[in-house]
Amino acid sequence: MNMPSTNHQQDQLASAVAVNDRRRESAWRLRFRLVSAVILALILLFIGTYLNVEASFITKVAPFILAGAGLTIAVSLLSIVLATILATFGALGRLSRSATANAVASFYVSFFRGTPLLLQLLFWYLALPQVGIVLEPFVCAVGALGMNYGAYMTEIFRAGLQAVPGGQREAAVALGMSERTAFRRIVAPQAFRIIVPAIGNDFVAMLKDSALASAVTLQEILWRAQNVGRKEFKSLQTLLIAAAVYWVLTILFTAVQNRVEARLAAGDRNKEMKG
Amino acid sequence: MSDMKHLSKTPAIHPVHPAEKPGILVKPGAEPVLKATNITKWFGENHVLRGASITVWPGETVCILGRSGSGKSTFLRSMNFLEDPTDGTVEIDGVIVGADPFHKEGSERQERIREVRMRAGMVFQEFNLFPHLSVIENCVEAPIHVKGMARKEAEAIAEKYLAKVGLLEKRDEYPSRLSGGQRQRVAIARALTMQPKVLLFDEPTSALDPTLVGEVLKVMADLAHEGRTMIVVTHEMDFAHEAADRVYYMDKGEFAEVGPPEQVIDAPKDPRTKEFLSRFRTLGAKK
Repeated sequence: MNMPSTNHQQDQLASAVAVNDRRRESAWRLRFRLVSAVILALILLFIGTYLNVEASFITKVAPFILAGAGLTIAVSLLSIVLATILATFGALGRLSRSATANAVASFYVSFFRGTPLLLQLLFWYLALPQVGIVLEPFVCAVGALGMNYGAYMTEIFRAGLQAVPGGQREAAVALGMSERTAFRRIVAPQAFRIIVPAIGNDFVAMLKDSALASAVTLQEILWRAQNVGRKEFKSLQTLLIAAAVYWVLTILFTAVQNRVEARLAAGDRNKEMKG
Repeated sequence: MSDMKHLSKTPAIHPVHPAEKPGILVKPGAEPVLKATNITKWFGENHVLRGASITVWPGETVCILGRSGSGKSTFLRSMNFLEDPTDGTVEIDGVIVGADPFHKEGSERQERIREVRMRAGMVFQEFNLFPHLSVIENCVEAPIHVKGMARKEAEAIAEKYLAKVGLLEKRDEYPSRLSGGQRQRVAIARALTMQPKVLLFDEPTSALDPTLVGEVLKVMADLAHEGRTMIVVTHEMDFAHEAADRVYYMDKGEFAEVGPPEQVIDAPKDPRTKEFLSRFRTLGAKK
């Protein structure tokens, strides 16, 4: 009976549906933010009422703890660079027809994934001096994190390379490209697009795993929180501050990562649009 | 050791089948541009190719028919060594590459294989366009990075062939925004931009929506009629009938019948060819 028959009526129906959809969506977002704010407020309220928070203490130690963020970021950045380089060679080795390259890469992945990261870190700091190699805590942290993450990322890179269909390599060599050119010009660029988001994920994970470096006296966020907390018997406060710093860093870098990914995707779309 | 030597030894003389005679577009006195001799392939215990030979003169189009699993695609892929044959020799435009089943030869053979591949453009069933490159970049990638051609020159050649396949206006488009038929036509232009001596088509319409088959076959027929040298593995009987100088019927890894399409398709002598074609007719009648 009420079926819209004219174009005008259909337009009205369409815009009414659109308005309703938008309203429902913004209501959903409002509820989401409200619940998030309530959770955060409850946590802060709990801390404020039941725990002895002294504003003066916090304002005193917070800058000290926050000053470790630079080291945390530096260690994470250098480690992810090292890990990316190692993973590139690792993946090439794992996919290599050369028995030697394959064995070396497989051994690397197996060993570094098969032992605890904390143990590896302590090995750099405590065990290597026994054979005369004494390294700065910073170098130990970058070395241990980079090599460990490199092993995990080797498998990601390998999967990324294998995700490029075999027909791509075939089409490239059928045009006369050498295996090397086919890899460099055709396979690797396609694998790279698959891998980039995974590198971002690992970097965000690395930000937090870099806290392990406190065990080798690197004065990053956690080391500072732990030390000042122990000294003043206020670990509860200092660890909460450290947690907040890590959390904020993670949120910031996740936002950066999302933007980079969106930019990559947009680049693809723009490229596809042109012409 | 002597046994192994014997196995990889190929007959020096290329056998030309009595039905293999230069087609109508072949210039008188021209030598064959492609000779594949005694192509043999074992996949483990599976004897896929049993010593198949083919002779193609410049300007000819030949079609290879056969049921799936007969070895026709493997044979075609042996022409440019995407499949490494267990025995046999391929000669394209004077470049000779023999089988190397024990991997004794080194980089010198690889270089000759590359020479063969540069002379034999290939069109795949699944198109295999490079998704991260635009249409024009797909076409000029190999001329620039394999032949060392200047970009401008390569683009001019590519544009000529894109126009030929009717897709010049898609030059800056990305493959993901093209239909299957358009992708396959770009793949043909990409192969042509390398200016090969021979074009190899591996079931070029089998992955296409039926409504898009025609536009690809049209391009292929045009190429055949203007004297391109083509080897086409296909199930398209009408195309073979219309465009081929010669048709080869492959069965269990060997050519059971060779001859002009009027003979092999319309009046097959070999019982295997007859049986295969009768199935086609039945299916065709139901359509």
